[in-house]
Order: sequence, then C-alpha cells, then structure tokens
Amino acid sequence: MSEDGVDRGKRRFLTALTAGVGTVGIVFAATPFVLSMNPSARARAAGAPVDVDISKLELGQMLVVGWRGKPVYIVNRTKAMLAQLPNNTPLLVDPFSKVQSQQPPYAENIYRARKPEILVVLGVCTHLGCAPSKAFTVGVPSGFGANWPGGFFCHCHGSKYDMSGRVFKNVPAPMNLDVPPYMYLTDTLIRIGSDKKKQGAA
Amino acid sequence: MKKIVLSLLLALLPAISHADEGPKLDHVKIDLSDRASLQRGARIFVNYCLSCHSAAYLRYNRMGHDLGISNELVKQDLLFAANKVGDRMKAVMPAADAKKWFGVAPPDLTLEARYRGPDWIYTYMRSFYRDPKSFSGWNNTVFPHVAMPFVLYGWQGEQRAVFRTKKIVSHVVENGKPVTEVSEEKIFDHFALVKPGTMTPKQYDQAIRDLTNFMAYMAEPTKLERIRVGVYVLIFLAVFLVLAILLKKEYWKDIH
Amino acid sequence: MQKIMTWIDDRFPLTKVWNEHLAQYYAPKNFNFWYYFGSLALLVLVNQIVTGIFLTMSYKPDSALAFASVQYIMYDVSWGWLIRYMHAVGASMFFIVVYLHMFRGLLYGSHRQPRELIWIFGTLIFVALMAEAFMGYLLPWGNMSYWGAQVIISLFTAIPVIGNGLAQWIRGDFVVSDATLNRFFAFHVIALPLVLVALVFVHLVALHKVGSNNPDGVEIKKKKDAKGIPLDGIPFHPYYTVKDIVGVTVFLMVFSAIIFFVPTLGGHFLERDNFIPANILSTPLDIHPLWYFTPFYSMLRASTNQYTHGVLVVCTVLVAALAFFTKRGFKAKAITVIIAALMVLGLYTLQAKLWGVILMGSSIVLIFFLPWLDRSPVKSIRYRGALYKSALALFVVSFILLGYLGTKSPDAVSLFLFKNLAWGQVLTLVYLAFFVLMPWYTKIDKTKPVPERVTTK
Repeated sequence: MSEDGVDRGKRRFLTALTAGVGTVGIVFAATPFVLSMNPSARARAAGAPVDVDISKLELGQMLVVGWRGKPVYIVNRTKAMLAQLPNNTPLLVDPFSKVQSQQPPYAENIYRARKPEILVVLGVCTHLGCAPSKAFTVGVPSGFGANWPGGFFCHCHGSKYDMSGRVFKNVPAPMNLDVPPYMYLTDTLIRIGSDKKKQGAA
Repeated sequence: MKKIVLSLLLALLPAISHADEGPKLDHVKIDLSDRASLQRGARIFVNYCLSCHSAAYLRYNRMGHDLGISNELVKQDLLFAANKVGDRMKAVMPAADAKKWFGVAPPDLTLEARYRGPDWIYTYMRSFYRDPKSFSGWNNTVFPHVAMPFVLYGWQGEQRAVFRTKKIVSHVVENGKPVTEVSEEKIFDHFALVKPGTMTPKQYDQAIRDLTNFMAYMAEPTKLERIRVGVYVLIFLAVFLVLAILLKKEYWKDIH
Repeated sequence: MQKIMTWIDDRFPLTKVWNEHLAQYYAPKNFNFWYYFGSLALLVLVNQIVTGIFLTMSYKPDSALAFASVQYIMYDVSWGWLIRYMHAVGASMFFIVVYLHMFRGLLYGSHRQPRELIWIFGTLIFVALMAEAFMGYLLPWGNMSYWGAQVIISLFTAIPVIGNGLAQWIRGDFVVSDATLNRFFAFHVIALPLVLVALVFVHLVALHKVGSNNPDGVEIKKKKDAKGIPLDGIPFHPYYTVKDIVGVTVFLMVFSAIIFFVPTLGGHFLERDNFIPANILSTPLDIHPLWYFTPFYSMLRASTNQYTHGVLVVCTVLVAALAFFTKRGFKAKAITVIIAALMVLGLYTLQAKLWGVILMGSSIVLIFFLPWLDRSPVKSIRYRGALYKSALALFVVSFILLGYLGTKSPDAVSLFLFKNLAWGQVLTLVYLAFFVLMPWYTKIDKTKPVPERVTTK
C-alpha cells in the first residue's frame, strides 16, 4: 500500500462527484416514501364536496356538517346579528379579512359570506384546532360580560370570534376562522368544498 | 469456482420457468397503452360485470384518469353503482342477494387478471355453452359447472360444445397379474355456433379482448408507470455504476 | 470542524469507533466477489425495516381488513405499490443474499476456528430470518398466506403429547384466525426485528474482534509490520467502502429490475393464489411455501414410513459399526449403543410426520455444528482436495434441486423418471450426508500447502 504518484485532485473530484450523484439518488429514493404519507386516494375521495340542504335552517340557528373530517358551521344570521358586525371593527385583529389564506375572494367582506345572512365557516379554532362552541347570546346572559357582541368561543384556550368568525384581539388564536370554498347550487342547496361550476377532482 | 457458479445458475433455470396445468387456454394480447381498447373494455365491464361483481379496490376517478376519460364523462356514462367519482367500484347487486340467487357470492374481480391470468379470462368468456342439465342453463369448458349465467349471450349467440370420446388404454397390475383396462373419456373438441348473436365471432372475440385488456389494467393500474419509472431508475444506477467503478479503481491504485 | 469533533469525542467515542471499525479496521486485501454479500445483507435489512415501517402506516392487522388494506396500499396510497413491491421482493432478495453469504463461508472456511461464534450468530440470524419471513407471509391474508400458515403450524401437532396443545397455543385459536394474524403482526413488526438487529450487532462485534477471513483462509494477523498493522490488511475505509459501493450499485440494478419489470417473478416472489383473500373453505391446488423455504419443505415431505425406516436402519447399522469397529473407550461405545437403541425405539413409537419435522429440524441444526464437523487442516477451498470440492458441489446441487422440487407436487415427475418424492428422499440424504460425513471426508481429503501470505491474481 503506497500513495506515491496519486493524483489527489482527481481523487477528490471523483469522491465529490460520486457523493453528489449518490445524494441525488438517495433523495430520489426517499421521495416516494415522503409522498406516500400524503392523503391517499381514499382520503381525497372522502374530501370530495358535500351538498347541504339549508331550507330547514331557521333564523339564528346553526347547522354543523362534516367535510374532510372537519366540522363546517352554517349559521342563518338574524338582522340583529348582521347589524352588530360593523360595530366589532375596533375589537378585531383582522376586521376586513385581509389575510387571504383564510377565505376565498368572495368572502373578503365583513360578512365573510356569499350571502350576508348565511355564514359558512370551518369550526376549527386557528389556535390549536379545537371546535369552538356557539356563543350567540349577547351581553350579560352569555357569561362573557356586558360587552359580548355574540359569536363563537373556544373552550380549549379561550379564543373568541364574532358572528362572522373574525377573531378578537388579545386571545390565543391569531387569525379568523377559515371559510371553505362553497357555492349555491340553488337558493337552499350549498355545495361545500367546491366553488367552480365544473367539478374537478376535489 | 466459475464452474460452481455456472452450475448454480443452470440448476436455477427450471425453477424459473412456469408450468401451466388445466384446460388449454387461448392466448390474448394485452396492450395497456391501447386506450381505445381499455375504454371499450371499461364500458363492457361497468355495464355487464359490475351488476353482480365488484371491483372494489379501484375508484372510478382513478380509472377515468388512467384511461383518459374525464370525470364528467365517467359520471355521465359509467357511474351507475355509486354517487361520487371518487367511490370504489362496488357491485350494483348486494352480495347477500347474489348469494341467494346464484348459490355463491360473485367474487370481486379487481385482481382476477393477476389471480387467473388474462388468457384464462379471455378463454373463459368465450367458452360458455348450452347445457340443459346445469342450473343456469349454461356450462363452461374452462370452469365446469360455473354458477355464473352467460351474460353476453346476446352478443355471442348460443354455442354447443362438441365432445369426442377418447379411448384410454391403461396397463395396470391387479392381484399380481397384468390387466389391460379400457375406459372412455369425453374430451372437449370444439364449439359449434347454434344460434348467432348480434356480433360476428370476430367482433365478439375483439370485445372480449377489450374486456380482458381492461381487467388486466384493473388488476395493476400502476403497471405502465412502474415500467416507466423502472427505466429511469436503471439509467440512473447505470450512470452511478460508472462513477462508482472509476472511484474504486482510483483508490485501489494504492493496493499492490 | 476540528473543534466540534473534539467536543464530541470528549463525550462520545466517535473518532474511536470510526477508526476501530472503518478507517483503521484492517481487512484482507484479497476479498473477491463472494465478499459483497455481507454488506448487501445489511442493505436489504435496512430496506426491509424502512419499507416495513411505511407499510405499517397503512396496513391493518385484522382478518376482516388485512387483505383490503394491502390492496389499499397498492391502489390508493401514493407510491404504495412501490413500497410494497420493495418489501415483498426484498424478502426474497434477503434470502438470496444470505444463502450466498453462507455459501461463502463453506467455500473459504469462514466458520472455522477462531470464527465459530460469528458462524453461530450468523446461523441464529438465519433462523430468526426464517421466522420473520414466515410470519410476514401471513400478513397479506391471501389464500396462500392462510393455508401456508395452516400447514406449517400443523407441523407442531406431530410432536407427541403436547403437539395439539402447542399448535393451538401458537395460533391462539383452533385454526389460523384473527388472533393468529394479530400476534404474527406483533412478532413480525417488532419482536423479531429487534432480535434480528441485536444478532446482526453481535455478529459484527464478533467479526471485528477476530477480523475477516479471506479467500485463502490465511490469518493476516500473523504477519504484521513494525507498526503492528497486518501486512496483507488494508483499511476498510476507504478501500472496501468504495468497493462495496460498486457491489451495492450492481445489486440495486438487479433488485430494481425485478421490482419494476417482474415484481412477482412469475409467481415465485408473489404467488398467484395470494391475489385472492384467505378462504377457509378452499385450499389452493398446489400449496407450497415461497421458494426460500422449499428446500426444507422438500425434506419435510420426504419422510414417509418406509423412508424413515430405511434411513434409521442404515443409521443404526452405522452407529453399531462405529461402536464395534473403532478403537474407542467403553464409555463412548456404550453411548453409541444407547443412541442406536433410542433410534430403533423411536422408529416404532413415533409417526413418520414427526420424523419429517425432526429431519427438517436437523437440516438446520446441523448448520450450527459446521465449525466442529469440519476436520480439514485447511480452510479455503483453494487448498482442499477433490473430496471436499465434490461434497460441496453435491450439497449445492441437492439444495437447489430440493428447492425446485419443493415447488412441485410430490407425485409429479419433474426430473427424469422418478417422482418428485423419490428425488426428494435421495437428495435429503445427500444434504444430510454433507454434514454427517464431513468429519470423515475432510480428515482424509488430500490438501495442498497453504501459502504464508494471501495471494492476489
């Protein structure tokens, strides 16, 4: 064994090249494993749009439906509830829905809805994912003090949202509740999970 | 040393060849890249087979995607037994009812082409014949006394199986004395078309080939992708092998 | 970098381990083709563990769900088909690599003194691997899985008195059932892998204690230079790491070619009958284990009443002859006579089925005793005589043919005029004779002089 007359540069180059190509190979080999942990075809099929009939939803009532394994809240808001919304502005983190990832463009308004009366939001707290409870009662009887304007309350860590699912200041949750993509198939039939006329792979 | 390796390999050869037993099967050419054939086969399968049999591991939208059929078309033309394109291909008829009517529950067919082989399916679907003694009125030379009635008889028509008798002479030893025993066996010879169907025999064979092609696709939808990826993997490894050999040679210059 | 290494070395012997096992681990410089299979076995073990972990994420160990969950992996999970094929083909590749690795031992005497413990640990790995493969094979809950497990567990019923109870205890039921599947899952995914990894570890510790053998069967540690480095040794890293990269790449090409182009290998790696779910009412027509078990399966089938009678009579005569025609002490003679008497007794009390199990069991147990059965003064086949070379060749041929016959029906005729059963019986004797007669033929075999140093061509 001797190292006389060894071209060190060539050796270093070959080592680096082989290591480089080998690393690429390992990354390629790892890719299928990483991708296999994505939602499978079954999970994606379960995530297909859900059609909800809201003809029986009375004023001031809330309907909870499952979509992609998450609760979707559908609320038929009263005139009083809608009237209160503009007054909440100074108390809110993002009153005008500026965080774009939280709702589709058609819900970037204070109602956060296609039609002002009907609210469609994901019942998933943006803090750590609990399902907030409804706290529609206004004022003292609600237990949240005289100033409570009505909305949602997350009992896990005390985050509060208003009747449009907009988060109040000084609570653990950072953002407004998500509005899922949805569309009206008829006046009383909502499709949750899709907002395009042509239904693609959901 | 080389001899040992060589004899090892030679001895392994017979183990790799596959011996077939059972009825003689007609060979069918499977071409998974023939989308038109796969689409025709899918239509036959969904319209006729899926009434009783499920293909429960495959989803409609997966099939549509692989065969180049849009979700709308799948929904319009193929979705009889389910609501959503993402559903699995379940049978229209509940398995319990099928069991009541046919005596056995029709098996799931997703993997049939891997279990029986395409040639079996192709031959089986062309080997039904009238047999009044059988429960369904039909019998099959590939699968004798099969419970399944011949669903496609409108296409193929009615065929009769022609048997020939073969004398079997066997020499056996009974009580220490050689005895020659002669027995007769009915051997299937050919089919005779008694009542033609709506298709010519050639058209019918083509339709069954399409169906078999589809079932071969269904049994392993990833096959084409598998081969495609495999080519890239081998090319990559071949390039890497060159580098690895160069690197090894470079370092082993030190060893005398 | 240097600072970080010092920091770590003060707390963990990283540099020391690196040097002792790689950079300053001196391996003989004349390793050939047969020396790739050790590192390849390690590679396949890693493949099985990684793919296994990912399969476990989607597999359901429940007799009502297992088959469908495997198809879920094949159809619905992204790249699930690839991971499953890698695992299934990997199982077969594991055995190919391990069989070749063990054959290397027979070629160059790697099991001989001072490497007996390496060999014993290795054989234990082989036994654990067989258990691992057998239990894993039940998990897809295909019809072949089910009936294969049914047949193999039924072997235990051959044991007198406790047999039936033992088989029920293994199954946790009166037939192979959900309980069996669930416990096999536990063994397959956690218990046996832990045992395997631990055994591989001690196998390597023992190897690095004594150092590797080589194709010349020369101890390189006997000739050292002034610094105490073996003259014929070269550092494992970088020389054998770069060489193994070549071997690994070639292996991966073969492995990938099978996975991507012929994943079932014509029904030899994935059987047709496993594409339908377990059916307790219908046994597959030709039932046999996967190819890696068929040599042993053939031996199991070989023992019919007549055959065991014949074998035992011959053995008894041999033992008696040993007792009376050799110069041994009274004690040794007495023991041989007792052994012969026990064998005759066993012949008339035990069923042929049990003898089959004993035969198969001894075919594996004998492997453990190889280091002591081999009495040749040389290790490597290069310096052995015609006797050992022919014995080894016969052994390899018998092993392969037994494997081939095990995939066929015992009544069929696959080779020349005799039924597979008869061939199996003859070849079983050849297999066993390789071990049993080894002390004799290795002792009288003519050997060539072994060189002082390793040779390189």
